[in-house]
Amino acid sequence: MEILKIENLWLEVEGKQLLKGLNLVVHEGEKTVLLGPNGSGKSTLLYTLMGFPNYKPKSGKIIFKGQDITNLPMHERVKLGMGLAFQNPPAIRGIKLSEMLQVCRKDISVEETATIAKLLNMEGFLDRDVNLNFSGGEAKRAELLQILAQKPEFVMFDEPDSGVDIENVELIGKQIEAFLSNHSGIVITHQGYILNFIKAARACILYDGNIICSGNPLDILEDIRVRGYEQCVKCNLRKRDE
Amino acid sequence: MVEENIKDINELSPEILDRAALTGIDPQEKERSGTFFQLNNSVICSRSKQEGIEALDLETALKKYDGLKEYYWKAVDPNKDEYTKMVKDAPPKGYFFRSLPGVETIFPLQSCLFMEQKGIIQKVHNIIIAEEGSHLHIITGCTVSPKAQGSMHIGISEFFVKKNASITFTMIHNWAEEVEARPRSVAYVEEGGTFINNYICMRPVKMLQLYPTVHLIGKGARTVGSSVILGKKNSVIDAGFRAILKAEGTSAESIARVVAEDESKIYSRGHMVGEVPNVKAHLECRGLVLSPKAYIYAVPELEAKQVNLEMSHEAAVGKIAEKEILYLMSRGLSEEEATSAIIRGFLKVDLTGLPPKLQAEVKALTEKELKNAL
Repeated sequence: MEILKIENLWLEVEGKQLLKGLNLVVHEGEKTVLLGPNGSGKSTLLYTLMGFPNYKPKSGKIIFKGQDITNLPMHERVKLGMGLAFQNPPAIRGIKLSEMLQVCRKDISVEETATIAKLLNMEGFLDRDVNLNFSGGEAKRAELLQILAQKPEFVMFDEPDSGVDIENVELIGKQIEAFLSNHSGIVITHQGYILNFIKAARACILYDGNIICSGNPLDILEDIRVRGYEQCVKCNLRKRDE
Repeated sequence: MVEENIKDINELSPEILDRAALTGIDPQEKERSGTFFQLNNSVICSRSKQEGIEALDLETALKKYDGLKEYYWKAVDPNKDEYTKMVKDAPPKGYFFRSLPGVETIFPLQSCLFMEQKGIIQKVHNIIIAEEGSHLHIITGCTVSPKAQGSMHIGISEFFVKKNASITFTMIHNWAEEVEARPRSVAYVEEGGTFINNYICMRPVKMLQLYPTVHLIGKGARTVGSSVILGKKNSVIDAGFRAILKAEGTSAESIARVVAEDESKIYSRGHMVGEVPNVKAHLECRGLVLSPKAYIYAVPELEAKQVNLEMSHEAAVGKIAEKEILYLMSRGLSEEEATSAIIRGFLKVDLTGLPPKLQAEVKALTEKELKNAL
């Protein structure tokens, strides 16, 4: 069953065309890796799906669990079961990480908070202002921790591995894999290393506001490594010409 | 009820006690070492429950201690302005709190300055002394009944922190739109002493003006001033903290969090004067302006009169970062909920120096005030 269906999505922000008729389907229980060069629109796509106010599609549809959510406000999408782990989450003074977990799920117990914090080595951070003076890796683990509290049916990870040391990529990758083993989601990455731990069946390449290719993540990543994104574009064009 | 006939805090009307409770006053005095209560210009009660801690009304203290010559009007200049003069010319009201050498308050002393009469000018003069090696915690609430329209509170407070002693003074203001308040506080801190001043104000006020000044006169003396201010409606709030570092090894810190809503105007001042070498001073002011008609004027001043001293300030005034709102919204809050969560977080300052229980109590009070205010 489809959990997410994006139909011909066009998005313009501050006069710039960022998404150009994008189509994508994610099935229930599916893990999709989203690849693409800087500025190709990967984060943009996640913000649009999440419902950021400045990312209102010009046309097209976002269908989530059979419901058209294209014009639904963000917190309503959260209620429906969407979640987003930010690439660069902001620090908020006076709001502790433990309090953020309560925002994610009101009735989260102290025991569960402790359990999931332990999974991510974040016990010492619960009492700190969220993301304030967190290192890159700590901020990413804090994001994942909030997702574990929130348990969204469909979760989007925006570069969960950028700026994270190898050991922590392994920790984060394994926990994302465990979470996604019974949830659906999209993972944006630039590094292949995290894909050693996240077993996704499919990767899509986003290029210039559109998905131009999809296939086995490791194969596609290898292609990009060898030939570069430019070649992908040409390959795709060739396919279209044929 | 004629206030002159009221002889104890328990005889006050529930209306007054409820209002006083918002500023931390417990009529049962469960976790209090003593109580002072002044209604308009009448002292209702003044008593200490702990040996070694004195809590008298000022008039009695002046008689008992031969005019308190070393203290009475020794920190604050009675001719400083028209308001100090008004207090000087009035019969002495207010409290005298003193901890004897080496004594520490088990629980804080509480004081409440309450106005319930229309157009009244409440005049208060307090003298607070921590003798050598003693530690005195005070929680004081100043508030009004809705009847007290057009009233004004003038409070003189003179603090004397002796050698290796400390005073923590936590003041919660809960005024009303038609009320003016003009506290005048000065502290002298001797060698190794500490003076901590915490200030919380989250209700509308017509005009509030305060600028407590701390003189650090003994080696290693220390002061911290923290204030949390929420400006509402047409409030005009001019609040500062000044420290004059007159002895080597002294240090001073001022932390202010101010939020201006509606058409409020907040002047947040800080002034540190380094008069001798080897002193440390830091000013921090963070402000949020939440409405196009609100106004914040942050004035951090540093005066260095010597080489070899360390003085710094940071001030940041702005609106709530959009990114923070979106972040909370992405976790399921509505825009309104996200905004108020951020303001609550912003105004959450860890008030230093308080015993853990009092710290928790003040925190809960602050949260409650904030909840009512937002």
